[in-house]
Amino acid sequence: MPVIEAKNLSKVFGKNPKHALELLDEGLSKDEILKKSGNTVGVNRASFSVDAGEIFVIMGLSGSGKSTLVRLINRLIEPTEGSILIDDQDLATMDKKELRQVRREKLSMVFQRFALFPHRTILQNAEYGLEIQNVPKEERSQKAKEALEMVGLGGYLDQRPDQLSGGMQQRVGLARALANDPEVLLMDEAFSALDPLIRKDMQDELLELQTKMKKTIIFITHDLDEALRIGDRIALMKDGSIVQIGSPEEILMNPANDYVERFVEDVDRSKVLTAQHIMKRPETINIEKHGPRVALERMREEGLSSILVVDSNRNLKGYVTAEDASEARKNDVRDIHEVLQTDIKKVDKETGMQDIFTIINGSPIPVAVVENERLVGIIVRGAVIAALAGDSEVNLDV
Amino acid sequence: MFDTLKTWFTEGIPIAEGAEWSKNKITDWFAFLFEPIKEHFGDFMSWLSEDVLMNIPPYILIIVIAIIAFFLSGKKLGLPIFSIVGLWLIYNQGLWDHLISTFTLVLLASILSVIVGVPLGILMSKSSIAEAIMKPVLDFMQTMPAFVYLIPAVAFFGIGMVPGVFASLIFATPPTVRFTNLGIRQVSKELVEASEAFGSTGAQKLFKVELPMARATIMAGINQTVMLALSMVVIASMIGAPGLGREVLSALQRAQVGPGFVAGIGIVILAIIIDRFTQTANSKKE
Repeated sequence: MPVIEAKNLSKVFGKNPKHALELLDEGLSKDEILKKSGNTVGVNRASFSVDAGEIFVIMGLSGSGKSTLVRLINRLIEPTEGSILIDDQDLATMDKKELRQVRREKLSMVFQRFALFPHRTILQNAEYGLEIQNVPKEERSQKAKEALEMVGLGGYLDQRPDQLSGGMQQRVGLARALANDPEVLLMDEAFSALDPLIRKDMQDELLELQTKMKKTIIFITHDLDEALRIGDRIALMKDGSIVQIGSPEEILMNPANDYVERFVEDVDRSKVLTAQHIMKRPETINIEKHGPRVALERMREEGLSSILVVDSNRNLKGYVTAEDASEARKNDVRDIHEVLQTDIKKVDKETGMQDIFTIINGSPIPVAVVENERLVGIIVRGAVIAALAGDSEVNLDV
Repeated sequence: MFDTLKTWFTEGIPIAEGAEWSKNKITDWFAFLFEPIKEHFGDFMSWLSEDVLMNIPPYILIIVIAIIAFFLSGKKLGLPIFSIVGLWLIYNQGLWDHLISTFTLVLLASILSVIVGVPLGILMSKSSIAEAIMKPVLDFMQTMPAFVYLIPAVAFFGIGMVPGVFASLIFATPPTVRFTNLGIRQVSKELVEASEAFGSTGAQKLFKVELPMARATIMAGINQTVMLALSMVVIASMIGAPGLGREVLSALQRAQVGPGFVAGIGIVILAIIIDRFTQTANSKKE
C-alpha cells in the first residue's frame, strides 16, 4: 500500500507549458523544446510510488530535475500536469487551505542548506511547524525537545543556529521536520552540504533513526554512494525524466540504459554486492548416504578438486578433497567421516564483498555460503574478482 | 482634436495648467478629509510640542535622553556625553523651544512615514505588478525638488505644522518603502520555502520569517526616512512650520551670518543625535 504516489508529474518552466508538453509527446528532447519554444522542461512525467516505511531515493546529476521533483511533491512548485496522491487525496488539485493542512500534518521537508531561522533559538526552530499550527506552548516545546533529543541535540536548546556546526545544524533541520510527526519526510540533498565524514555519520544516524521511526522518506541526492547506502529503492533521473527505478542491486547490476550504466560505472561494487550475488550452485554429497566413492565420482564428473558434504537437511558438515577420497577408495574406506575435513570457511549470504575477499584470499578451497547453517551456495575465487571488475555474470535471482 | 494638438505643439502642452487643475480638484474633493486633519492634527501637534515637551524642564529632558542613549548604545559613554553637551549648547543658545518644535515635526513625520511606508513596501515585495507601478512613483517622489511639495501642501492644509508634516511625508517615505521591499525580497529563498513547506499561512510567513529577517534592512530604510524628514522639516519653515528651520530662514532673509550659523549647528546636533539613536537601536539587537 503506497503512502505517496506520483502520477505523470510534470513541470515546465516558461510561458507556454502546455505547448511544451505537446512537444514532449511528439518525442522531442528537452534541448530541442528549449530551442523551439523557449520553455524549460523541469520534470517530465515522473511516476512512482513509495511504500510506508521505505527510503526512496531520487538521484540524478545537477540539472536533472530532482530538486524540482521533490518540490512538486509538496507543491512548493506548482505542477504543470499530473497528480500527487497522499492517502488517496490528490495534492495537485487541493485548494490552499487543504494544501496547508497536508503540509502541516503529513509532509515535512529537510533542506540542503538547512534553512534554519537564524533569529530563532534551536528550540524555537524545532517548534516552528507546531507553532504555526497553534499548538499550545507547553505541548509544542515538549514535542520539539523530544525531537531534538532524538537527534542528540538535547543540550543546545537555547543556542542560535549560527553557533552550531554544519552537521549539528542539519540535525536541527531534521528535528524540526520530525517534531511535526509527519507521515512523509522529504529530504532535499539533506547531507550534500556536509563534509564527507560528517555526511557518513549522518547517513548512519538516519538509518538508525529509521529503524525506530519507520517513516516514509523521499531522499534526494546527487551522490550515488549515498543513494546506495541509504536507499531501499532508487529512482534515477536524467533531463527531467525518471530513467530507472529499482533496488540498489538492480540499478547496479541491470542498468536500464547507457546513462545509468555510465552513472554506476565507477561505484565501488564491493560496497553493495554480497555473497548471494556471486555464489554458484554447490556440488554436494550427502553425509548420510554417500561414501568416498560417490564423492570421487561427482568430482570427476564436474571437474572439481573438492566437494562439500551436507546432511539431509542441507546443513553443512565439511568437505572432502579429491586426494583424500581417492586415497580412501584405494584403502577401501567406506565411511565418509574418515576423510571429512571440517575446517571449511563459511560466510553468511549477506556478507559484503570486501569481507569475502579477505576470507577467500589464501583459501585453496571455495568458500561456502550459508543461511542459518544451511548451505545455499559456494563462492570461487574467480567470481569475486569478476564481480569486482564489473562483470555482470552474477546471479541476481536470489 | 487636431486643433488641440496643434496648439499643444505651437504653444506648449499645458502641464502646468493640468497640475493646477488637479490640485484644485483634489482640494475640492478631499476637503472633508483635509479640513479635519488640518484642525485636529494641528491641534494635536501644538499640544504635543507646546503643552507637553516644552513644559518638561530642559535639564530633565536632557538627562532622560542621555540615560536612554547610555542603555541604547550598550552602556558606552560616547553618545550620552555628546547628547548632553549638544543639547545643552542648543539650550544655551536660546533655541530650546525651536528644537522641540523641529523634533515634534520630525517625530510625527517619521512615524507617519513608517506607518505608510512599511505596508507599501510589503505590498511591493509581494506583488511584482505593485513593484512595477510603485518604482517610478518612488523615483518621482524622491527626485522632484523638495520645495515643490510645499505648494500642494499649502493648498491642502494651509500654513503651519500640518503641511510641513505632509510635505515631509511625501519626501521621506520612499526609503522605508524601498528598503522594506528590498529586505523582504532578500530573505533567502530556502527560508521562505521552509516556512511554506511547514504549512505557514501568508501572514505567518510574513511575521515569523520575512519581517524578522528583513528587520535590519527595514531599519536602515527608517533611518534614512528620519534623516530626510529632518531635512524636509527645515525646508518646511518656508511655509510657516516652526522650529530651527525658521531661524535659519529668517537669518537668511536678513543676511545675518551669526544667528544662521548657530541655528544650523542646532540642526546638525539634532541630526547627529537622531541618526545615532536610530542606528544603534538597529545594530543593538543583532
